[in-house]
Amino acid sequence: MTISADHTAPGSAPGSAPDQAQPRPAENAVTEAVRKFGITVEDYMLPARHQIQMVDPEGRLLAEGEQGTEPGHEYPLPGDEELLAAYEQLVVGRRVNDQNSALVRQGRMAVYPSSHGQEACQVAAALCLAEGDWLFPTYRDAVAVMTRGVDPVQTMTIFRGDWHSGYDPAKHKVGIQCTPLTTQLLHAVGVAHAAKLRGEDTVVMAMCGDGATSEGDFHEALNFAAVFHLPVIFFVQNNKYAISVPLAHQSVAPSLAHKAVGYGMAGERVDGNDVVALLAVLDRAVALARGGSGPLLVEANTYRMQAHTNADDATRYRQDSEVAEWLAKDPVARMRTYLTGRGLLDDDGDSRIAAHAEAVATQLREGLGEDVPVDPQELFRHVFSEPTPQLKEQAAMLADELARDASSGEASK
Amino acid sequence: MSPTVTTSSEANGNVSAATARAAASAASAAEASGPQSVTMAKALNTALADAMHADPSVLVFGEDVGQLGGVFRITDGLTRTFGEQRCFDTPLAESGIVGMAVGMAMNGMRPVVEMQFDAFAYPAFQQIVSHVAKMHNRTKGALKLPMVIRVPYAGGIGGVEHHCDSSESYYAHTAGLKVFTPATVADSYRMLREAIDSDDPVMFMEPKKLYWSKDMVDLEDLRSAHSANRKVGTSSEGRAAVARSGTDATLIAYGPSVPTALAAAAAAAEEGRSLEVIDVRSIVPFDDETVCASVRKTGRAVVIAEAHGFASVSSEIVARVQERCFHHLAAPIRRVTGFDVPYPAPKLEHYYLPGVDRILDAVDNLQWED
Repeated sequence: MTISADHTAPGSAPGSAPDQAQPRPAENAVTEAVRKFGITVEDYMLPARHQIQMVDPEGRLLAEGEQGTEPGHEYPLPGDEELLAAYEQLVVGRRVNDQNSALVRQGRMAVYPSSHGQEACQVAAALCLAEGDWLFPTYRDAVAVMTRGVDPVQTMTIFRGDWHSGYDPAKHKVGIQCTPLTTQLLHAVGVAHAAKLRGEDTVVMAMCGDGATSEGDFHEALNFAAVFHLPVIFFVQNNKYAISVPLAHQSVAPSLAHKAVGYGMAGERVDGNDVVALLAVLDRAVALARGGSGPLLVEANTYRMQAHTNADDATRYRQDSEVAEWLAKDPVARMRTYLTGRGLLDDDGDSRIAAHAEAVATQLREGLGEDVPVDPQELFRHVFSEPTPQLKEQAAMLADELARDASSGEASK
Repeated sequence: MSPTVTTSSEANGNVSAATARAAASAASAAEASGPQSVTMAKALNTALADAMHADPSVLVFGEDVGQLGGVFRITDGLTRTFGEQRCFDTPLAESGIVGMAVGMAMNGMRPVVEMQFDAFAYPAFQQIVSHVAKMHNRTKGALKLPMVIRVPYAGGIGGVEHHCDSSESYYAHTAGLKVFTPATVADSYRMLREAIDSDDPVMFMEPKKLYWSKDMVDLEDLRSAHSANRKVGTSSEGRAAVARSGTDATLIAYGPSVPTALAAAAAAAEEGRSLEVIDVRSIVPFDDETVCASVRKTGRAVVIAEAHGFASVSSEIVARVQERCFHHLAAPIRRVTGFDVPYPAPKLEHYYLPGVDRILDAVDNLQWED
């Protein structure tokens, strides 16, 4: 993932718009990298020797030579406006994570797999996309779903327990939060493939975690995307644990980003707690994919600060000292320090953003605190487009049972 | 009405080569007007082509379905006619095929995918059960998933292991999947067109031993009837068929067992017993009305299926019929199914498969003396 996003395909006139309907040969991006940077195909596909980091944990912008970039692996600093928008979403995301964890403790939500500590990944994965693009999230990516514009309460419906998903995936171009690991990556591939066949320039962001890379569908999705040369960004949040099992038990690859070369695609790794670097890398990835590079793999090096869910006890498998080490790398505090230091954020701005986050938290408290009556007849309505005779029979049986319960309840009063 | 089974269950280890040779000539038969001798393979191939002509969002993909035309030649000529963007080979990965189809169906396409053989579909099970069957439900009806998963299934072709499974019960047990299985040449055309038209996902189970069965059908008539039905919104989806009328007992069969049931009914007629044969056609949704009307009329029933009997479609049919027809029954409903053993090696499959004699024995045991 290396070359400038505005490269033109060999043979096309300079300045002419790329013809999205015509699939470009897979070799173009590679050929271009080899020509422009004088690097080998392997150096194009393999990640840079170091992860890409732009702002260090203390909030300091690193000198260009220290950002981990190399010839062909170069990333420009995102614009100020984009960085401020990202910071605002980081603060909102953190507040949402903590609000939801509180709602679980209060019994207002059944479960919440928090992305506390991973908010930079969540925000960047959504903000790098254009309007017509799609996002395929996992169960831990609620903040990414919200950042993409889905209503917060609708986003959390799955965890409140009144239905499996509360939003329309087609309307928002956001897949439903997926629990069976990496199965959604293939749906991402299919959405991208359909769009490509229609000549649309849709890019698809496909999210998964480090443990998920062991699944067979991870392999099948990356291979299909590469073979069909589809604009899919596979974005792996390496948060170090699959519930209790550390990464070392999942893979002994040099890094997860190194897996890209096996599929003939380019990979990169990035500091997953540095939203500046994440935006730089993902913006470039999206531009490359839209320009015909084929799929890309990005590994974000981050950490799951809390237990898998409220039902999990993380003290059984990891040390407090490890958690403390990552606390010092917090993505939200780092960005606040950086933006304040740059003079882009002052106390007023920060207060306004905090008030926005609080408003979203209030919306969640009120929305999830509301008792939404469930309709038992809904059980039968969405199995098929039209209920089968058998489902109609069963619906009538349940209605009758409920009517009898209601009348015996009346009678006993 | 009854298809002629032209392939015997000779022990033949090389399924692909044998099937390829047999179906190649069938699929290349020229189409002419009026009733012609048509194989099931040709009817399915024609249905795919017609659906692709009718709707540019219909795509066909899977393993070897492109240049080769499928190991059974069901997709023969589709790449040539419609191009590599409409009918194409995928990497060899069934979960990938079905998972990609889910994404395509979410994004405006109507994919029709081929699982090369019944037992090769199992890697896709997770996608089928967790996503194909549930997407409409999980999104509270917001998303429809119009896709068809074609599965050449069941035995009787002398195939080596993993090529002859009757896997329909796995899918029928999964809420949210329609499960169709044609037994005649005409039905294979009609039902595949209806499966592709359906806004719900359909497991389309093709009895592979019937691919080369022939019948006199007029494909142009079938095509016009399909168009006419679509215009007025009628369909035979979900309806069983009375494959042979009779009065003494009902044989209930589907897919590969229908010709066997018809042969048994013909043999019984020579002995003076009149058997009605019901071709279930649609396992999900199930046509209780047609099946039960027949059993109420005859008062006796035998359910026939190649699949293992235990916890199967055949056990479901028995349960449904006895719940609904108990007071019309003169005898317990009997079943003739595959034994509860892994599908046998070619030289043993003859012992496993429901045959005419075993069906007639079951009919003999329906308490006629009372």
